[in-house]
Amino acid sequence: MLDVRNLRKIYTGRNRNVEALRNLTFHIGAGELVCLVGPSGCGKTTLLKCIAGLLDPTDGEVLLEGRPVEGPPPGMAVVFQEYGRSLFAWMNVRDNVALPLRRKKLGKARTRELVDHALEVVGLADAHQAYPWQLSGGMQQRVAIARAVAFEPKVLLMDEPFAAVDAQTRAELEDLIRRLWRELGVTVLFVTHDIDEAVYLGQRTIILSTSPTVVQEDVTIDLPDERDQLHTRSSPRFAELRAHVYEQIQRAKHHSGDTGDQMADRTPGPTLQKTEH
Amino acid sequence: MTVLAVLRRVLPALGLPAVLFAVWWYATADSTDFFVPPLSTILEAFGKVWTGERLLSDVVPSLLRLAAGYLLAVVVGVGLGLLVGLRRAVRDVLEPVLELFRAIPPPVLVPVIMLFAGIGDTMKVIVIVSGCVWPILLNTVEGVRAVDEVLSDTCRSYGITGTARLRHLVLRAASPQIVTGMRQSLSIGIILMVISEMFAASNGLGFTIVQFQRSFAIPEMWSGVLLLGILGFLLSLLFRFAENRVLAWYHGLRRARRAP
Repeated sequence: MLDVRNLRKIYTGRNRNVEALRNLTFHIGAGELVCLVGPSGCGKTTLLKCIAGLLDPTDGEVLLEGRPVEGPPPGMAVVFQEYGRSLFAWMNVRDNVALPLRRKKLGKARTRELVDHALEVVGLADAHQAYPWQLSGGMQQRVAIARAVAFEPKVLLMDEPFAAVDAQTRAELEDLIRRLWRELGVTVLFVTHDIDEAVYLGQRTIILSTSPTVVQEDVTIDLPDERDQLHTRSSPRFAELRAHVYEQIQRAKHHSGDTGDQMADRTPGPTLQKTEH
Repeated sequence: MTVLAVLRRVLPALGLPAVLFAVWWYATADSTDFFVPPLSTILEAFGKVWTGERLLSDVVPSLLRLAAGYLLAVVVGVGLGLLVGLRRAVRDVLEPVLELFRAIPPPVLVPVIMLFAGIGDTMKVIVIVSGCVWPILLNTVEGVRAVDEVLSDTCRSYGITGTARLRHLVLRAASPQIVTGMRQSLSIGIILMVISEMFAASNGLGFTIVQFQRSFAIPEMWSGVLLLGILGFLLSLLFRFAENRVLAWYHGLRRARRAP
């Protein structure tokens, strides 16, 4: 489905070159929900932009269904962290959601149906005529999610979408993403710096090192599919996984593409296996 | 809105003009100075001069030239501004030249423009355009360059490119700045409308006012100045009305940002 192969990104500045991504390789299967987590400043956004075709990698490639990504592919939707800046302030909620659909030329009836449905599933059925700036932060991010849903993408990329909303709203939105993912069967790549979020949401969590970035570990989150904020987060398995990811992140802070690969080899498998009961 | 609410908004706006008029009225009431006639005389002349025939023969042609020049300046300014703002290469080439042209006061160009455009309406429209285009152009460039990066990325990732991007993203995002430029240009346009008619014309407001001055019809001359002031005021009211419709989202956004 989505393949990232030996991805490398060097920003060339006037006086110095910054190697943001060293060498990243991972695969995401169709219909998976994968979280990307790493220490702050590890190039998560750079990676996401490369995957989205918004940024050209220096080396390596991104493949979507076997085809190389060279520019934003049609089957992909991105939800950015800065909801206030990713919505059109001069359009009401409905037009914001409908705008990307115009190019698809689906016909009026189908467009209306998609927009209505998308706003319905994110819980904004009665906010069609409002302008984004009349809504709270959480609701604005729902509009951005509805826009992505209406677009019917094969892959949904989310760049720290809940980093700027309050904790309660964040919990609601996390459950919304889980629900949408299960209902729509879309492939989701979710970038976050929040360890709890990374464990709670995904089926897998890819842990990144500091910049220049490599993949530190690829953890399978073997929590049951039915998750809820209360029970999942208080389960022992959640605590173990969370502790493991936390440790890895701490380690990742001192580990980068420069400190060599031996660190990655030393990642303790046992912590993951010993808890089968 | 109730009548009271309308009054509450209109009264403060009318207060200072009313005071100024009163001061003018009483200060000049007993004036015997030939060049500063009493306001009552001016108003009398106003009623005689600017109703009926002169409205059609002088006021309307002036306003038409202003409209033509202003609209042309908007089209050229926004069009060129988009080009310069979106294309780095164009900006590098054009910027020094634009700065040079901008620094030339348009009234100086009137004799030059007369040489190749004659003394007809074309000349006057060109003069108005040559002055009005700069604030619009420069503000459009700034507005286009300041288009939000995240929004720009959002458009790209959803395949909103080309004219759709121009129409739904660039023009709308730059519209607050474009409107600012247009507001500055409006007053420049009124000034240039008058100046262009003072040089060589057979009708128009500027022409008539100069005629009155040269024939020592002083109250009539003053009434022309008063009319220009009123026209400027009405045009800016009209402008604000249009702005409030086009930029309703922008004013709402700013209020929302200030509120929390």
